[in-house]
Amino acid sequence: MDKAVLTVVGKDKVGIIAAVSNALAEKNVNILDLSQTIMENIFTMIVLVDVASATEPFHKLAEEMKLLGDSMQLKIQLQHESIFDSMHQI
Amino acid sequence: MFLSPENILETIKMIQEEHLDIRTVTMGISLLDCVGSNIDETCNNVYEKICEKAGNLVPVCQEIETMLGIPIINKRISITPASLIIGRADVDGCVKLARTLEKAAEATGVNFIGGFSALVHKGYTDADRTLIKSIPEALMATSRVCCSVNVGTTKSGINMDAVKEMGFIIKEAAELSALTGGSSCARIVVFANAPEDNPFMAGAFHGVGEPECVINVGVSGPGVVKCALEQVKGQDFSVVAETIKKTAFKVTRMGQLVAREASERLGVPFGIVDLSLAPTPAVGDSVARILEEMGLEQCGAHGTTAALALLNDAVKKGGVMASSHVGGLSGAFIPVSEDEGMIDAVVSGSLTLEKLEAMTCVCSVGLDMIVVPGDTPASTISAMIADEAAIGMINNKTTAVRVIPAPGLDVGDTVEFGGLLGSGPVMAVNKNSSHDFIERGGRIPAPIHSLRN
Repeated sequence: MDKAVLTVVGKDKVGIIAAVSNALAEKNVNILDLSQTIMENIFTMIVLVDVASATEPFHKLAEEMKLLGDSMQLKIQLQHESIFDSMHQI
Repeated sequence: MFLSPENILETIKMIQEEHLDIRTVTMGISLLDCVGSNIDETCNNVYEKICEKAGNLVPVCQEIETMLGIPIINKRISITPASLIIGRADVDGCVKLARTLEKAAEATGVNFIGGFSALVHKGYTDADRTLIKSIPEALMATSRVCCSVNVGTTKSGINMDAVKEMGFIIKEAAELSALTGGSSCARIVVFANAPEDNPFMAGAFHGVGEPECVINVGVSGPGVVKCALEQVKGQDFSVVAETIKKTAFKVTRMGQLVAREASERLGVPFGIVDLSLAPTPAVGDSVARILEEMGLEQCGAHGTTAALALLNDAVKKGGVMASSHVGGLSGAFIPVSEDEGMIDAVVSGSLTLEKLEAMTCVCSVGLDMIVVPGDTPASTISAMIADEAAIGMINNKTTAVRVIPAPGLDVGDTVEFGGLLGSGPVMAVNKNSSHDFIERGGRIPAPIHSLRN
């Protein structure tokens, strides 16, 4: 398993989860866990994914998810889980 | 969930809004085995070795940036102090080596290569003498090569002949680069107690006690510390110190992670993480603003030294547990031209050279990126170096001087260096002469507390 964290931040609208999960499914990226809230009208979603069997290398995946975000006026970022782990866990 | 969403958003906020980044991944390369029978052969060996070892440095760092989503601002190389490998080369030979280093830096895509250096704290070798003479010309012939000269240590005292000479070298380098405000001087550092594993420029070199090749990482994050302190306004200093420690821990963990990844991917051992808070000229990335956040109207006010002492110590305490090996300079940097808050404080008259000197007693580096009037005599610059070297020698710490006597400019003028080097307002220096003091030459003996055996 190769875990990464996808964060989606922006104005709430219809179809965000659908678009993101579709895009991930197309690349054979498995969703392991998902948390979503609306904070002060800002849609915030954090998705834990497994990129081990993804059809594309990490940098391409990250780039395509960013572009998907741009097309929906959302900020989408894919980062390896290790950055969060190392910062917040001893 | 695996990690709380708050933690994840905190990390992202630090990177996107508070300028958290990895300031530099620096590869140290030993060039001791590159010595040839003449300087041409040495240059060829040097070029080949640097390209072989560091060929992948930039692409690997870019991969890590994408994977972790954290910017790595600089990728750099440090080498064995050049005076140790030039053999019997003359000044032209040294300049040739500098050009070779420049070419290697270009080929590998790094923005600085450090180690055009000489360690003369106890005395000169003939090679040291030649190399130091070549510095002004070598800097003019290159744009990425950085020079440093160590003129004193706690163990051996201060080489005042070298201190005297460096005043002239800095003046000459400034005059040669007069068209750009003396910008060559931004690549000359005069050290006392220079560390052998420092990843930060312009003072990085790969000491002789270091392995063949090594990865050292410097973190950054003044903006993150300032934002954390905004949450504890008005609370006492125990809370301030605790907040800085926690933040420094998080910042350093990023450095450790990047260092480990880079070391694994490049197949090069990990050396150290340098726990320095390094500012940039960008708004929101300033060490001066942290000091002001603690309650000072402006950096330079009475209390600034105490604030900096607390900051420097808390950063180390927080950082040291976050990394398996800590080294380099590890302390807050206060380079005037590279820190938006410092520039502001100098322009408004709040921060003076004398106050900066006091501040260097409690943090790392020293009088860093300070522009002084172009007519400042070489002996005055030497005397500034002597003062800083004395602070370093007596306090068992690294100090350095990186001053730019900007030709034709005076107090009230500003020099634009551009990029990370920022812009420097010309600062007033004490006009009284130090000439006779510097003319004495010789060595200032090592202090009594150097005798610890």
